Amino acid sequence: MASDTAAITATDTEDGVRRRDWIHIAALGTAGVGGAALLIPLVSQMSASADVLAASTTEVDVSGIAAGQAIKAVFRKQPLFVRRLTQTEIDEANAVDISSLRDPQTLAERTKEGHQDLLVTMGVCTHLGCVPLGAGEGENRGPFGGYFCPCHGSAYDTAARIRQGPAPKNLVVPDYEFKSESVIRVG
Amino acid sequence: MSFAWAKHYEPKTPLTKWLDEKLPLPRLVYNAVGAGYPVPRNLNYMWNFGVLAGFFLVVQIVTGVVLAMHYAANSQVAFATVEHLMRDVNWGWALRYAHANGASFFFIVVYLHIFRGLFYSSYKAPREMIWLLGVVIFLLMMATAFMGYVLPWGQMSYWGAQVITGLFSAIPLVGEPIQHWILGGFAPDNAALNRFFSLHFLLPFVIAGVVILHIWALHIPGSSNPTGVEVKSESDTVPFHPYYTAKDGFGLGVALIFFATMVFFLPNYLGHPDNYIEANPLSTPAHIVPEWYFWPFYAILRAFTGDLTIPFTGITLIPAKLLGVIAMFGSILLWFFLPWLDKSPVRSGHYRPLFNKFFWFGLIPTMAVLFYCGGAPAEEPYVMISQVATAYYFLHFLVILPIVSQIEVPKPLPFSITEAVLGTDKPGSTSGAGGIAPETVVGDLPGSTPEGTPQPAE
Amino acid sequence: MSIRLGGIIFGLAIAGILVLWSLVPGVKNYAFGPPAEVQPATVFYEHGEGPEGGYAFDGPLGRWDYAQLQRGYQVYKEVCSACHSLKFVSFRNLAQLGYTEAEVDAEAASWTVPGIDPQTGETTTRPGEPTDHFPSPYPNAIAAAAANNNAIPPDLSLITKARHGGARYVYSILTGYGEPDPALAKKVGFETPTGLYFNKHFPNVNIAMPPPLVLDGQVSYADGTKATIPQMATDVSAFLTWTAEPSLVARRQTGWFVIGFLLFATALAFLSYKQIWAGMKPKKK
Repeated sequence: MASDTAAITATDTEDGVRRRDWIHIAALGTAGVGGAALLIPLVSQMSASADVLAASTTEVDVSGIAAGQAIKAVFRKQPLFVRRLTQTEIDEANAVDISSLRDPQTLAERTKEGHQDLLVTMGVCTHLGCVPLGAGEGENRGPFGGYFCPCHGSAYDTAARIRQGPAPKNLVVPDYEFKSESVIRVG
Repeated sequence: MSFAWAKHYEPKTPLTKWLDEKLPLPRLVYNAVGAGYPVPRNLNYMWNFGVLAGFFLVVQIVTGVVLAMHYAANSQVAFATVEHLMRDVNWGWALRYAHANGASFFFIVVYLHIFRGLFYSSYKAPREMIWLLGVVIFLLMMATAFMGYVLPWGQMSYWGAQVITGLFSAIPLVGEPIQHWILGGFAPDNAALNRFFSLHFLLPFVIAGVVILHIWALHIPGSSNPTGVEVKSESDTVPFHPYYTAKDGFGLGVALIFFATMVFFLPNYLGHPDNYIEANPLSTPAHIVPEWYFWPFYAILRAFTGDLTIPFTGITLIPAKLLGVIAMFGSILLWFFLPWLDKSPVRSGHYRPLFNKFFWFGLIPTMAVLFYCGGAPAEEPYVMISQVATAYYFLHFLVILPIVSQIEVPKPLPFSITEAVLGTDKPGSTSGAGGIAPETVVGDLPGSTPEGTPQPAE
Repeated sequence: MSIRLGGIIFGLAIAGILVLWSLVPGVKNYAFGPPAEVQPATVFYEHGEGPEGGYAFDGPLGRWDYAQLQRGYQVYKEVCSACHSLKFVSFRNLAQLGYTEAEVDAEAASWTVPGIDPQTGETTTRPGEPTDHFPSPYPNAIAAAAANNNAIPPDLSLITKARHGGARYVYSILTGYGEPDPALAKKVGFETPTGLYFNKHFPNVNIAMPPPLVLDGQVSYADGTKATIPQMATDVSAFLTWTAEPSLVARRQTGWFVIGFLLFATALAFLSYKQIWAGMKPKKK
């Protein structure tokens, strides 16, 4: 065996790599590629499955909501707040100086044209994901008359914009469209 | 342990030096499956299957953990969660088919590993403990596989659970209470499904633990080899790495080609169509069979059709059902006694003419027949054939093997592994006449000096 | 020695018990016992070969024939769905058959699925949505049994995987109805029981399902294909192959890729292995 080894060593190139070492490198490299490819199914199986992705639109009938009232619907297994604003609330929201806001947005930007009184937002506090109070009848709507998150005290105004507390962003307005005057389709 | 000429791990970088002092894990690996483990140089491809069995255990654990993320062990929804996995989860079908066929491949390689051991008498001293632990692994595998097959909650799952737990009802007096205790009820349902899921998740890790003991026990005497002659000098061995890592890598590639063919082109070939029908406690399928890897043992179970009675009195000593259960468990448990049943001083079947004949013309056809009859319906002539085969199975291990090992005249053994491979061995290379008498090989365990003149292997 | 002695005694005992108490009576009974009764199924049953020309998805290179799957869906919808559910399939899955999003929406809406009245909370029905599963024609198993002479029509989602023969079995059952050979039937003493139907491809030749495909042109195919009984049976059995294994074609395509890769990797591993062992070869004398 020793003499064989010597024979192979004699074919060493100058940089010390044996002439036929490439075959081992290629074999190991290919095995590595194969092993890495196995990660594709193992990792992607944890992503949302086809049924979850398919169930990501919701239709909500908004015709029954009176001014000043709000309903809770469910969108992607999360609460969705739909509020019909009163004229006072609209005025209050429009009166705010946008530049003073943490997440500057006008009410018009947060509603659909022609439907400025219908405020559709996720019912998920942008701080750590609790459900803010204010959509239900008689719930604490916080110092700014919108929504109030009891977990860490984030207060949202009548346009559901963050005004006070730790939350970094306004309540999210999901993608939605009016299917008809009375029905919106979210997602 | 190991041989005096085994290479020693030498950490080179400061990091590996530091690690070697604090937690010598690289040293452990080096000595276990690295260059620090000298292995006989003459291992044939039958020695690939140990590593492959370990590989498929890993496949089963990895795919199984992932499948458990999508499965719900509840009799109301279990079947539907499996279908959800197959249809909606990303790559779910691939993962489930890999797991289902992975179980079959695990058994294929383990059966080849076991029969390698039987032919080359790998169970003999000094390797009894490796063999005993191997039988324990096999029993754990059977339990795990059975419980895994229940989880999809199809018809075969359900009736398999019913029939296999029914085996315990054969135990006199306490049988039925034990069956109800195992099931957590009168029939398989939520309670049984949940505990089977729990144990099916747990047992593979127990198997992994016993596998570590199995490998540990292996490293004390070192690997056996096709001649059955123990390692004598450095020229008999090569370091595990790179010699056998390369060979096992090639073997793994071949095994994976077969595995991928099954997973992607014939994923349900080894399964049963009835398991795609949701469990129905009110209707038994016309022909229930276990998974293929249980067929030989299922044939032994069903071979006993008559009660053991005292003739002409009508007194039943042992009912047929209990006889079948005793025989089925006995057929595996007797493997625990193999190291002491076979006392031949020669290990390899190549040098045992009589043993060789009984192995190839007795045991192997018997296993094939039992396998075939276990999957066939319980009708004639399959029952009679499996009865003959079952009788031979027990006679082979318990009667033929001890007697053969006593009366057989073995062929002359090569002086050493090196000689078997190269045709010559420097230390005593004289001519090629004579041979080693088997009696001298009895003492041919590590530490003893062999005598006699070398003889080339056939 | 004592282990070997015990082993020999136990081995002889178990083999002896087996031979004397099981094998001998069994052989006696087999040789001299009453002959087994002739079952009509063994006389009349014929193994079905499936449609002539096979299916587009046959073989390792098989593909779906989407027009055929759409026709098969139409047969399921207009014929089978009266009694058989398809509970593991959703309307949204129809998009895989080549329907557009709008067509899937319309197809879903053409089915009535159980729902809940949003005002009163009472159970009601509503048009289907793509995310809904195909509805069951019966509210529960008891209703299904009561409406079908105690034979519950099986769910068809997995039927081609749940039967030996798969799609060919489904095809054979659909085309296997008829009358038993009267002369042979008389000889065997066989009469189809009331409420059951003779079907030479059903394992016990008496099936509870009335012939579902009875007329050529029972379904009017949108693509103009002539709806003969074998054509409808072929189409619906192809459709049910898709419902049982939607990933069939994708799985095989992945398989070719994986096996190609493995062949390459194994060839490299072999060369590497031979290279490493090159110096270890036994010397030829």
